[in-house]
Amino acid sequence: MSEKTKTSEECSRRQFFTHISIALGSIAAVMVAIPIVGSVLAPIVKKPKPIWRPVGELKSFTVGDIVKVSFIDSSPLPWAGVTAESAAWLHRKGQEEFTCFSVNCAHLGCPVRWVAGAKLFMCPCHGGVYYEDGSVAAGPPPRGLYNYPVRVHNGQVEILTSPIPITTV
Amino acid sequence: MESLKRAWLWFDDRTGLVSALGPIIKHPVPANSASWFYVFGSATLFAFMLQVATGVALAFMYVPSAGEAYQSLQYITDQTTFGRIVRGMHNWGASAMILLVGLHMIRVYMTASYKFPREMHWISGVVLWALTVIMAFSGQVVRWDQTAVWSTIVAAEQAGRIPFIGTWVADFLIGGGTIGAATLSRMFAYHVFIVPALLFLFIGFHLYLVIKNGISEFPKAGKPVDPKTYREEYKALVKKKGIPFWPDAAWRDMVFGFIVITTILLIAIIIGPPALGPPPDPSNLDALPVPDWYFVFYFAFLALMPPAMETYLMVFGPLLVGALLFLLPFISNKGERSPLRRPWAVAIVALTIASISGLWAIGISSPWSPHFHAKPLTVEIIGADSGPIYRGGMDFNEKGCLYCHTISGHGGLRGPDLTYIGDRLSANELTWRIMNGGLNMPGFGGTLTNEELSDLVIFLKSRTKENQETSSSGGD
Repeated sequence: MSEKTKTSEECSRRQFFTHISIALGSIAAVMVAIPIVGSVLAPIVKKPKPIWRPVGELKSFTVGDIVKVSFIDSSPLPWAGVTAESAAWLHRKGQEEFTCFSVNCAHLGCPVRWVAGAKLFMCPCHGGVYYEDGSVAAGPPPRGLYNYPVRVHNGQVEILTSPIPITTV
Repeated sequence: MESLKRAWLWFDDRTGLVSALGPIIKHPVPANSASWFYVFGSATLFAFMLQVATGVALAFMYVPSAGEAYQSLQYITDQTTFGRIVRGMHNWGASAMILLVGLHMIRVYMTASYKFPREMHWISGVVLWALTVIMAFSGQVVRWDQTAVWSTIVAAEQAGRIPFIGTWVADFLIGGGTIGAATLSRMFAYHVFIVPALLFLFIGFHLYLVIKNGISEFPKAGKPVDPKTYREEYKALVKKKGIPFWPDAAWRDMVFGFIVITTILLIAIIIGPPALGPPPDPSNLDALPVPDWYFVFYFAFLALMPPAMETYLMVFGPLLVGALLFLLPFISNKGERSPLRRPWAVAIVALTIASISGLWAIGISSPWSPHFHAKPLTVEIIGADSGPIYRGGMDFNEKGCLYCHTISGHGGLRGPDLTYIGDRLSANELTWRIMNGGLNMPGFGGTLTNEELSDLVIFLKSRTKENQETSSSGGD
């Protein structure tokens, strides 16, 4: 009888040690995982604040022309180097009327080129083609080119930088 | 010599290495598994070991900083001692791994080695294949040039199509909303820490399983796998006709592995690493981001899939392939193993190879892409140096027609060849098509003047077989 009790006690002690060991290991893992995983996932939740970037003086753009403009993206890190550069296609439609298109094809993000002679934007990757107004002319893009907000501020044309447009379902 | 032997005996006595590892490397394997068909798995492992060694060497010289990685790669290639060869080996070693892991999978599938009791060999192998593909892609990205930058954006865009969480996955992949400093740091972490750690883990598991369940015997037609009796039969087979893995079976692995490693080294010396593209400047739009050869078939697939279905194919296609590969041993884990009795398996492999090869061949020429660097039509090809035919020919050059259509060998491949279009379409039909477009052609009604349209139609009507022959005989 006493032997039985002893065995049961041992089992109980053993179970306790098993449970406490697993619990302590799990708690320690979860505690350290929060900052580790959090730091890795941070870019998903921490969005860069859109910034107005100047892309040139108003007088440097001819009415009717579509030109490439370059600017620094919205959240450059000090060691970004040349990768901080970004570009857009700027269309001056009137005195202070502009449309600014993303250079990323709405299909899979490749850089579209403005072919002035054809008045078309063409994508080199999978054959997406867009008209002058950014609407789809041919190829696989599911929608037209994305736009950046544009404004004229103190004689400068400025565009509101945004993340790379990701086409979602 | 005697003292060295004594030292070794002392070391082995304290560590037990020989007694622990000896039986493992000398474990008996079926005599008929010592075949040249069975060398691709070990060759993949050798290629992986080469990737680890060359990768570590590259890490001594590479700077994983978005602003400096490109310059460090130039430095490795052009200025360091043997850096060009090390980079070359790492590049061609990656190609070898992709090729060998594919051959190994085909061999395992053809001989149905995934059947009982080796289901987990196959599943861990599928994980290893997926990890190899991720390594190949992330390796292309850490080669931080223009193609790397745009390839990353293309990958993020594909991730973006995942329902509900697409944007999150894309942001996780590139480290935020834009390509930049965080992108390379993340890709470096994936390529150098996370995925290699998983590879080590799964390679260890894969090899452990090979030891536990044994190398599968070469299949014989008419000798199906029966889970109830297989283990006993296998035990009897290796007991009766088994040979020690080392060296009786392993010498073929060593010979083939030697050929693989030597070939990689020779290619690295003779051809060297792939040339770096232009710097990773996202504002330089003069780019054509074609991936490395092993992804070209997928690049073609992305261009050719029907637009209405592309989101489903892009997201669920790879998932479906992955799920089918995972489920394979559960769909059929017993019965015939010989390819002679499994015609569907042979057909699936043949169809897969044919599809990938076909897509690959199309992807190389990328006929859907506008040919921005096409040579303009010359006066000789146009057949006139003034008048409407000449002006139409010049418009053909300047209005973008040339990027998509070929005339007399000049131009792109996206649209039909127009060398003899004058024989096929009337002036009215030509006018209608140019104005309205159709299929994959944009309409030019809003961009051409009446005179330009008229000149273009006259020029295209002059593209007839008769005119070409007259022009070439006149030239003679």
